[in-house]
Parts: sequence; C-alpha cells; structure tokens
Amino acid sequence: MSANQQAMPSNSSQANIDYVFRVGGEGGEGVISTGEMLTVALARAGFEIYTFRTYPAEIKGGHANYQVRAAGKLLLSYGAAVDVLLAFNEEAYQKHIKDVHPGGVVIYDADSFTPPADNARIYYGVPLTSLATEKIGVKLTKNIVALGVCSQLFEIPQETFQELLREKFTRKGETVVQKNLQALQVGIEYVKGIDKRDPVRLGPGPRKTRELVLSGNESLSLGAIAVGCRFYAGYPITPASDIMEFLAKELPKLGGFVVQTEDEIAALGTVLGASFAGKKAMTATSGPGFSLMTEMIGLAVVAELPAVIINVQRVGPSTGMPTKTEQGDLYLACYGGHGNCPRIVMALTSVEDCFYGIMRAFNIAEQFQMPVVVLSDASLGHRKATVPVPDLSRVPVLERRTPAGQELVNYGRYRFTPDHVSPMSIPGMDGGGYVAEGLEHDEHGYPAASNHENHLRSTKKRYGKFQAVEAIANDLTRTYGEPHPAIGVIGWGSTEGVIREAVQMAIEKGYSVGALHPKILYPQPLAKLTEFMKGTKAIIMPEVNYSGQFATLLRKRFAYDFVQLNKCVGLPFTPKEIFDKIEEVANNVRAGRGVHATSV
Amino acid sequence: MSVPVAEFTPQAYKTGEHPIWCPGCGDFGVLDSLYKSLAGLKVDPKDLVVVSGIGCSGRTPGFIRSYGFHSLHGRVLPVALGVKLANPALCVIGVGGDGDGFAIGGGHIPHAARRNIDMAYLIMDNSTYGLTKGQYSPTSPTGYVASSTPYGSIEQPLNPLAMLIAYGATFVGQGYSGKPRELADLITKAIEHKGFAFVNVISPCITFNNTYKVIPAKLAEIPKDHDVTDRVKAFALALETEHVQLGVFYQTQLPTFEEGVVQVIKKAQAASPPRLEAIFAEFA
Repeated sequence: MSANQQAMPSNSSQANIDYVFRVGGEGGEGVISTGEMLTVALARAGFEIYTFRTYPAEIKGGHANYQVRAAGKLLLSYGAAVDVLLAFNEEAYQKHIKDVHPGGVVIYDADSFTPPADNARIYYGVPLTSLATEKIGVKLTKNIVALGVCSQLFEIPQETFQELLREKFTRKGETVVQKNLQALQVGIEYVKGIDKRDPVRLGPGPRKTRELVLSGNESLSLGAIAVGCRFYAGYPITPASDIMEFLAKELPKLGGFVVQTEDEIAALGTVLGASFAGKKAMTATSGPGFSLMTEMIGLAVVAELPAVIINVQRVGPSTGMPTKTEQGDLYLACYGGHGNCPRIVMALTSVEDCFYGIMRAFNIAEQFQMPVVVLSDASLGHRKATVPVPDLSRVPVLERRTPAGQELVNYGRYRFTPDHVSPMSIPGMDGGGYVAEGLEHDEHGYPAASNHENHLRSTKKRYGKFQAVEAIANDLTRTYGEPHPAIGVIGWGSTEGVIREAVQMAIEKGYSVGALHPKILYPQPLAKLTEFMKGTKAIIMPEVNYSGQFATLLRKRFAYDFVQLNKCVGLPFTPKEIFDKIEEVANNVRAGRGVHATSV
Repeated sequence: MSVPVAEFTPQAYKTGEHPIWCPGCGDFGVLDSLYKSLAGLKVDPKDLVVVSGIGCSGRTPGFIRSYGFHSLHGRVLPVALGVKLANPALCVIGVGGDGDGFAIGGGHIPHAARRNIDMAYLIMDNSTYGLTKGQYSPTSPTGYVASSTPYGSIEQPLNPLAMLIAYGATFVGQGYSGKPRELADLITKAIEHKGFAFVNVISPCITFNNTYKVIPAKLAEIPKDHDVTDRVKAFALALETEHVQLGVFYQTQLPTFEEGVVQVIKKAQAASPPRLEAIFAEFA
C-alpha cells in the first residue's frame, strides 16, 4: 500500500494503483530522458500520469531529478511520498531518501555507492554502470538497464519499452536500436536472478485507449494550432523556449511560421504587426521577457489589436531562479504598463486545460480585439500528463469582427458601438484604410491628443469590453467540494489539481470545505466569487508566491479577510500542505479562535 | 479604396489631414517625394502599409491614404516584419527619425537588415530630437550644443550608411529633402528593390537644427562610375563624411526573408501531412 493510495478510494484493483517513481542523478547523464521514457511507457500501459521535474540551471552537471506518479485514475497532483526511488548516484540518494516512505523501494547503482543500513525500506543494489559497460560496452546505456530493471521488477509491460526504444533510436540506425534493446534485456535478466521483496506491481493499466502524453507547454502549443494561430514570434527564455521550439517545428506543416526575434519587445511588436495584418498571432515568454513586453501590451490595448501573450512564470524578481516555479507575475500581468490599460488575464490550470485554455484565449482576444495575457508556470509548463485526444468541438473557434457593406463607407476603425467592439478592417480590404494608432485617437483613428472629452469616451470604450468578458469569466469559474462550505479555498492557475486533491482529503475527514478556481483573473468573476463567499467562515488562498497577489487583488473588491497560504521556495504545493492548512483553519474556526496567514 | 489607374496621382495619396510639422520642415519634402514615388509605382493604397514609430516622422502614416501603423518609439521594424510576414503581398514602408531608428530602435536594425525583409525603410535624419524640443541625437556632430548638451556633445556621431552596409542591408541610399525629385527617384528604387532597402534622408529641422544653409554646400552626387554591387567600395564611400553624398551606395540581391519562409513551409510539408490529427498522433 503506497502512501498515495490512502487518499484514493477506488472500485477495482487496477484503478487502485497509485505509485510515485522518482529518478535522480547527474544532470546531462540521461536522468530526464529516463524519467520521460518511464512516463510514456506507463501512459501507454494504460495508467494516468503526472510528472514533476527539477533540473539544474547548469547545462551539464548538477543534480537533476524527474518524478512520475502513475495511477489507475485521474491524477490531480504529483503526489506525496515516493514509492520507488531510482538513484544513479549518492547525491540522488541523499537528497531524496527522506521522501521515500517506510516500505518504499530504493534501486541504486551499486557501482556508484552503498547506502547505509536502513530497515525501513527495501533496497536493490544493481551494478548499473558495470552491466552497461561490460555487457553493452556503452556506459550511458545504464539508464536503459535501469528501465529494464523497473520493467521486470514492477511488471510494467516490456513491449511498451521496446516500442519506445525503437521509436526513440530508429533515426540513429539499427545498431543503436539493438544496443538499447539489449540493455533493456540485461536489466530484465538481472532481476530474474534476484528475490523480489517489495509489493509494487503494475501490470497493464485500466485504460485501454491511447491518450496523448503532453507537457503543459506542448498542450498549449497544440491548442494554439487548433484554434488557428499561424504566427508566432518569440525570444528564447527558460521555461518557455520549448513553446517556440515546438511551434517552429509544427506551424510550418500547416502553412504557419515562427520567427525568433532579437528581443521580447520585438517579439510582441512583430505579433502585433501580424495581428494588424489579419493573422492570429501569439508570443510566449517568462518573467524577464514579460517585463520587456509591457510597452507593447499598452499599444495593443489602445490600438485594439488581438494578441495572445503567454507567460510561463518562473521565480523572480529580475533573473531570479530561472528553472524554478512561482506565481509571482499576476500584478504585472494585470497592471503592468502606464495609463489606464485594460487587458485580459487568464491562468491555465492543468495540462489538459492548457489546450482548451489557449483556444479560449484566442477566441477572447479576437472577439474583443484586446491582448490576452495567459499565465502558466514552470511546474505546469514542464510537467507531463496523459490527456484524452482533444475534442475540438468543445471550444468553437471565433473570428474577429470585420467591416462589410455600409460599414466601409466613411469607415471608422474605432467607431463607438453598443458592445464597444468596432469592426476591424485588414490591409488589402478595399475602403478599410486606417492608421492603427498608439496616440489617443478618435473614431477614425486620427490622433486626438488634445481632445479631453474623447479621451474619456475612448477609455470607457476600452474598459467597456470588460462587461462581456466578466460574464465569460463567471462561466469559466469552476468549484469543487461543497458548494456552500464553511471553509472555502480560492486558488488560481496550476494549483487547481493540488487544491482539489486537498479538498477531497478534507471532505473525507469530515470537514465542510469547497474550492473555487477561476480561469479568468482580470476582469474577475465577481458574481461567482460573491456567491461562493456567502456563508463561509474563512477562505484560504494558497498561492505559490510571497505576497499573495491574487488575495491582494480580491481584497480590492471584497471586504473579506482572506487567509493566505503562501509558498515561496520555487516549488509547487503538495496536497498535504494545503490539507494541513484547511484542517488548522477549520479547527480554529470551530473552536472560535482566530485564523492567520502562514507560509510553507 | 482601389484607385483607377488614371487616378494614380500624388494627390490621390493625400488624406487631407494637414501635417503638424513646422512650416519649412524637411519632412514635407520627404512626404511629397513619397507621394510622387507611390503614384509613379501605382501602389494601390489598399495594399500599402506605412509603419512608423514616434517623433515628428512618426506622424507620416496619418498623411497617406492607405493602411498605417503608428507604433511605439523605436519599434517600426518589428511591427513592419509582422505585417510583411502576415501578408507578403503588401507593400510595406517603414518611416522613422534618427532618434527613433538609431537610438531607441537601434537594436532592431541589424536584424531587419540581415533578415532581408522585403520593405523600404526611410529615415528622416535631422540630427536632433524635434518633437521633444531639441536634444542632441545619435547623428548630431561632436561639439553639438543642444538643450541636453549645453557644453557641447562629447560623442562621435553615428554613420547610418556605413552601419547599414556593415549590417548587411541589401540596398543603402541617401537622399535630401531639399531635392525632392531626386529623392522620389531614390525612394522608387528602394520600394522596387526586392529586400531590405534603407534610405537615409537628410531632412533638416527648421526649428532646432536648421542645416538648410550648410547642407547645399556639402552636397555631392555619388560618382557615376561607382559600382553599387561592391560592398567594400560602398563602405569606403560611406566613410567619406566631408560631403553629403546622394544616391545609391550599395545594392545587391539576396533571398528575402519571405522567400525563406516559403522554403521552410515546403520542407516541413514534404515531411509531414498538413493536418492537425497528424500532429496529435506524434504525441500518442
């Protein structure tokens, strides 16, 4: 029984499977790719997966680890304790042994180190390095030997590994494929000669259909393609670069293109130029690049240009901790830039939501001719999950309103309309000529830098779009657990799954708990928030940042003393951290004691 | 907005908005030359996009009956790149000043040049910041006394022509707003050039840096026998700054960015069917 299984009731033995595997070792020696192959093999075997990875800031060297949780049912977090640790070196052992629960399994490279005596856990010392060098002649195949060990020991179907090795190495020639298949077999044979002393067994998983295995960044890139984005401009930055790399490979297949610009200002400027000329266009970046983009966000707002700007957040300020996760850019996303500058801010909540969320972001950008900032983060962008093959009918594609007929007579690009959206002409359109204008302008786009009344009217026009967006924000807000709880939890972005899991745990323990998770953070879904907050005794707001940025935004709208739970160490929450806070607050409320903010 | 062929006159490109520039501003000459050039080339206003940044030059799109984009200070080239890539059939002209192009926007020039986007980029160079009332600019001469250099500038002026030749622009020329007919011809050549065409126009600021009296004496035609395809000779010519030399310094033909994009798309589509489902299948 794994520590993760306790919170997961189920109805069949395969559905009840829930294991956390962690692979640790020297960066650049295949730790990540070993973890990724294990992940895909488990997904193909029919399990749901949820990964978490940390990697060093160094290009080569430093400690790297990759964790995959595999279960027979939908997973909401990366789990708690580790069931199986695969340690390639002593550093990996030392860093992670405390996370392996009593009864858990440690597989280690016996050529590299010998762990001290430990009666609480089950150890398998496998001479991974010497098996690889002596039997295969290639030291790096120790990763594949280790996969063979896992396959045989934990009954993960070997065919899935064999299939994967063929796919991965076919390009390098049949010799390389054979060497890797042999390495897998070496691991398998080794295990046949030892006694199995642990209870971890997977076999084929309960899901019989094939699903996609995607990272958050891959999922949102696919969503962008699905909604019709055919132009991307960006500048390399961790942890967003793989969006550009993904689209550089995939967009041209559909007639689109990616341009790597000289900086992030140019990236968004190029996107705005393309949008002006009629393309659905986007850029993706992280904190430092997003800071540079703020001037262009203002331009998109005043010139009323659709654009999607993705910020895969990392630890800031400044260069911060480039490979670590944080939810620290919400203030900048909502308020960055000078002047009264309404833009829409959305947050992605899961790998699957990355796909549909980006589709919605483009729809909203095109529909309201506004920039839409989409917040993801390092933990979501780089974790992989199984996702059902997308159903494109779930989010019908919307296009921008263009002028026709009478609208092109004495055409006014920024004409005041009841819904504040003006038909937007596209270069090449007869009669639609105008200047997209960064100066305050009149209905025709002519500069009106000294017309005081026009400035108020135009500002109202731009903010006026919020009314319709707020209705969408309400529709897109999800709630979990009890609909009218004593203790509420409000989160945003990538914490959705972990909050949901913590709420489930708390409900099972008898607490009255419910959670609300909006997808649009600016403008806020006030109706949904108001309804949710009614009758609550306390509301906890977990955020992966120091100051509680969403809590601060909500305090501007509600006279409510939100209880902040902040985590600011560059790592995502575990379900238990949130559960503990729910328990503490619930007990304090019950006892009539005060509740207070904490950080973990 | 389609204009019958008979109406391709300079007049047909005017919006009726009167430029905000000071009477006597060099930019009037540039605008008139541009009208003339567009008419001569019969550029359909519906297919023309004029992109500008901020400064006196930035107001230019508002005076041309076409599509325009009055963007941010220094950001002409990224915006123009996006417009051109989104629709390569458009005629894209970027306009800016020496502050907009060489100071705040200077980081974009090498990349626009080396990408060889098919567009014309006109700089109205007055060696001062006119709109902010007369500070020194990147092309102001050493010793230039201005509101921000009350004791005289201690910086070397930038050489726009040498810079663009070095960066790999495939067309580099210089004109003078006081010679609008020659300037119109030069702009026509720049628009016709397939690739990134840079034209530095000496366009005096009548209010803060009136060089009308000194420029004419310094004017010189580029020697008739100058080989415009010789990059080294073009560079040497550009380094001669005693005179304001007018005409084409350098011109060569290289594949444009848009042509490269077409090739990339061909390569990608040859390897994979252009269907979303095929892309999904890669991740199953």
